[in-house]
Parts: sequence; C-alpha cells; structure tokens
Amino acid sequence: MVENAILAELGETVQAALPGSRTTIERGAELVLTLPREGLVAAMRRLRDEFHFEQLMDLCGTDWPNRPLRFEVVYNLLSLTQNRRIRVVVATDAATPVPSIVSVWPCATWYEREAWDMYGVVFEGQTDLRRLLTDYGFEGHPLRKDFPLTGHVEVRWDEERKQVVYEPVKLQQDWRNFDFLSPWEGMTTLPGDEKVHLNRIEGGKA
Amino acid sequence: MSGSSAMASEAGPLTSAADPATMPSATGLSNEARTVEVDSHTINFGPQHPAAHGVLRLILEMKGEMVERADPHIGLLHRGTEKLIEYKTYLQAMPYMDRLDYVSPMCMEHSWVLAVERLLHIDNEVPERARVIRTMFAELTRILNHLLNVTTYALDCGAITPALWGFEQREHLLEFYEAAGGSHYHVNYFRPGGVSRDLPAGLTERIAGWCDQFPKFLDDLEGLLTNNRIFKQRTVDIGIMTAEMAMEWGFSGPCLRASGVPWDLRKSQPYEIYDQLDFEIPVGRQGDCYDRYLVRMMEMRQSLSMVKQCLGRLKPGPIKILDNKIVPPKRGEMKRSMESLIHHFKLYTEGFHVPEGATYTVTEAPKGEFGMYLVADGTNKPYRCKVRAPGFAHLQAMEVLSKGHMLADAVAIIGSLDIVFGEIDR
Repeated sequence: MVENAILAELGETVQAALPGSRTTIERGAELVLTLPREGLVAAMRRLRDEFHFEQLMDLCGTDWPNRPLRFEVVYNLLSLTQNRRIRVVVATDAATPVPSIVSVWPCATWYEREAWDMYGVVFEGQTDLRRLLTDYGFEGHPLRKDFPLTGHVEVRWDEERKQVVYEPVKLQQDWRNFDFLSPWEGMTTLPGDEKVHLNRIEGGKA
Repeated sequence: MSGSSAMASEAGPLTSAADPATMPSATGLSNEARTVEVDSHTINFGPQHPAAHGVLRLILEMKGEMVERADPHIGLLHRGTEKLIEYKTYLQAMPYMDRLDYVSPMCMEHSWVLAVERLLHIDNEVPERARVIRTMFAELTRILNHLLNVTTYALDCGAITPALWGFEQREHLLEFYEAAGGSHYHVNYFRPGGVSRDLPAGLTERIAGWCDQFPKFLDDLEGLLTNNRIFKQRTVDIGIMTAEMAMEWGFSGPCLRASGVPWDLRKSQPYEIYDQLDFEIPVGRQGDCYDRYLVRMMEMRQSLSMVKQCLGRLKPGPIKILDNKIVPPKRGEMKRSMESLIHHFKLYTEGFHVPEGATYTVTEAPKGEFGMYLVADGTNKPYRCKVRAPGFAHLQAMEVLSKGHMLADAVAIIGSLDIVFGEIDR
C-alpha cells in the first residue's frame, strides 16, 4: 500500500508536469501515462531528465481495430536510480506518424522498426525505418488483427526452377477457430427446444 | 564476400587494405603519382556462421581490417510467436516460451506465468513449495545458460576445451530438467499457479550431489580462461560499454552489470522468494568483453549458492494453487468425481478466462531483463503479448560496440553479448 501511495504521488506529479497527459494506476501496481502525440519527444526527454527514467526497456504496438485511433504505441520506461517503472501509451492511426524518440534513447531504432514492421505505425524522424523481423520484400503488417494467422504467401524450393518460389497459401484443412465465448451461438435451434427459440425471436422483435 | 572496390587494378577486395603505392599497376601504365581511392568493402557475416550464434546476418562495412559499420539483419528465425500466442489459450501459449530463448527455457516460462498470475490476481496465493521449486529451477537455468555462453564464447576466441567440459555439466542439468518436467529442453514445467507436477523422489538429492562437485568444475573452468593470455588478449578492452552508454542502449542483466551498474531485478524488484535468499550481485568495472565474462562466472557461483539455499527451503506441501478453475484437478480425482471431470474438460478445451487488464512483468533472465507485456481482454486468449527480449537491445548495440575494432573482435563481442536468436527474432 505504501508502494501504491508513492506511485499515485508520482503519477500526479507527472500529470501536472506534462500538459495533456493522464495517469492511471493499473491494478494498484503499474503506473500508466497516456500522452498526446504532439510534444512526445519533449515529454519523453523530461521523463528521462527530470523524473529519472533513464532506460527505455521496451516499445511495442498494439492494435485495437474498433477504436478511432486504431494503434497504441506502448513505451515501458525504467528508472534505475529510483527503482520505478512507468508505461507511456500514445494512440495513433495508420496514417498519422508518431514522433520518433530516437533522439532521447538511441535504442529506440530497432523497437520502432519492429513496430513499423508489425503494425505499420510510422515514426516521424526515424531515418532507418526498414523492416526488421519479416522477410526481405514482405508485404503487410502481420501483427494487425486483420492480418490472417496463416499469412498470405508460402514459400517452397522449386526443384525445376532451382529457386525459392512464393505462392498463395493453400491450406490442406480449413482454418479452425473455436469460439469459446458464446457456446450456443452457432446452434440457433436446440433439438426439442424450437418453441422457446421462436418465442425468443418474437420477443426480440417486439 | 562481396567487394565494392573501386580500384583500378584487378585485385580482389581483400587487397584493398594494402598500400596502393606499392602495388603494380595492372593496366601497365606508369606507377608514379597515381591516386587510388580505397573504398571500404562489405563482408556478409553469417547467417550460416558458427560464430554468429544462430542465424545472425551481419553486414560489416570494413576499412581494411577495421569495422566501420555493423548492420545486423535479424528476423531469420522469426516464427511469429506473438501472433501465434494471440490465437492460443493461456495454457497453450506456455510451450512457446520454451522456444524463445532455448538456452534458458524455464526462465522464459517464469516471466509468462508471473504475468498471467498477476492478471489473474493469484500472485499472492502460489504455495511456498512451488515458489521454491521455480526459484531453484530459474537459478539452475541461469547456470545452464551461462555455461553455454561462456564456453562457446571461449570457443569463438579459440579455446575448445571449455566447451567440451561445459557441455558435460550442462547435460547433468538437463537431466534434472528431464526428471522434473519430462523433457530435456522444452520442459513446459511452470504453470500459472505453481508448477505442473511435484519433483520426483530422489531428485533433490541428485541436485545436491551435483552442487557439491560443481565448484570444482568452476575452478577448473576459470583456471582455463580467467588468466589465459590468449583469452585475455582477445577480450580485455574489446567492445567497451560505459555505464551511460549501456543505459542509453537499453542494456540489462550481466551486460549492464559488467559496465558497472549494480542493477539486478532479483534484488531491486524481487519476485518469488528472492527477497529471502542471500546472494550478491557481481559488478564489473570496464564494461569490456572480459568483464562480461567475469560477471557471468561470478554469477554462476551465486546461483549455485541460491540453488543450495532453495534445497534447504524445500518443505513438503502443495505445488499448485487449489483453485480448479485455473489448475487442473488431480488425475485420480478426475477419474472419480464428476465435477473434477468437468473442470478438467473445460480447462483443456476452453482454458481459463483472464480478467481485462495489462501488465508489464519482468524477471531477471540469464541474459537480462525478460519482460512480458501482456494485454488481456477478459477472454481465454491473450489480446496482445509482447516479449521484451534482452538480447534484442544488446544486439542492436553491436554497431557502437564493434566500430573501430578488428573483424575478429566482432566475433568476441557477439560471443560476450550472449545472443540467442530464439528470443531476438521471436
């Protein structure tokens, strides 16, 4: 609980210091700071210099297709001197670039390249925005929720052409995705229960 | 090897380092007052190179034998683990962890189970015995990892014997893995809420016996390397990382400590039973390759002492929480009790649902801070799982570490960073 109070205090200080920011404390243990895209670099620099979050430990994207600003870029910062962590969240969409923080932490380059590769989030001011993890010449952004798990192309060695060829994915068996959330949804009419079902439809219409 | 030499002569790219004035002209023109532009040339190091520790493709721009620029191309082992996990239940996602850093599987599982436990709000309910077992195996895994790293690193620097000796010790440790979890490498032993099963009879005695002989082996290993003239020539003052640089580049674990930063998550943000254990944090001074080696050697001794302390703390008791909504009931119960059968069926088809929330949970894996950014949306599958691999940040610093060093030093630097591609490429 003492820990909690310290976090809350830090959260308030950070929120007061950075205009447009909002802090929450997740499960009483993790401090989350939501920042606007504008002025991100300055805010990050202040977090590093004034609040002593010296290290950028992680940077990643998250995809929320139903939100107006579809992507979140999540920065996990660590303070070695204060022994604290903070999570900075910035929202964006596919068209709007996020300011690159490579001038604050040089290690951001690969993380930003990965976020670009996986989600297609563009980082403004990042000079080296090549793909990082996917194949040379890969198309699409695989961690987006609308990218299929199987991908679009498969590769094989072509013995006749003596080269690796790319072909559209052919599945031997249909992709099965079980929906455990609504076990009865697929089965609209239970055997022997037709009357109840009809009542339900009529009730819904009325 | 591809050359981009812009020399007038027909000589290959390797000769471009030689003094151009002394070279005979291939065109037969007069030798005097010729201006030769010595272009840098590029070496493609890997991805099939034994010293690349996996599938690292390193584009080295050389000026003579000096590295001008190092550009690691990663992703050749990318398997889309994070995407796959989004389509698996929390329990099905466990085995993917083993395959991240395949040199220290249980430490990867550790981050995952701690993250899931946090989201499930059961992190305070895990029984004591399970915590001790997990801590003990995490430390055994640290030794397992450092044994491989130190010995193959020595192999990269020209010493063959340490690898032969080290692998024998690793084999003993892997036998403990097999006894506990049933498999040599990909044990899938930890579970949210405890461990999958109790230690078999006699395993603790075997581990204790192994602990007794291990210091002798460490002494022998140190005797081979620590004061070895060749090894020191290859590593001392090579790839120096100052403390400030290490912080800028997101270093963690032994690589950060070798640069003189006394930071260890087991001490500063303790999890499991680390706050009750007595251990020290070895810290380097120079931040060079040799210090990174020394820190790992010292850490193995500390881990050994922690394993012994854990053995002393092992008391009989439950090894999982009792909530059958999260951990499966005992097999015997499942055969007799209807409710247990339902629980068992639901757990292995649907799995458990995790309340909405997000966590960034870290553990001190052998290579550094292994973080798990896990977002749950209230269903039985993770919404997003980001694996923060320590090696990712370390490899990125390859550029600054190797600049101005010789080609052979780049190999020593890669070895000292402890690179494993399972976790970097994910």
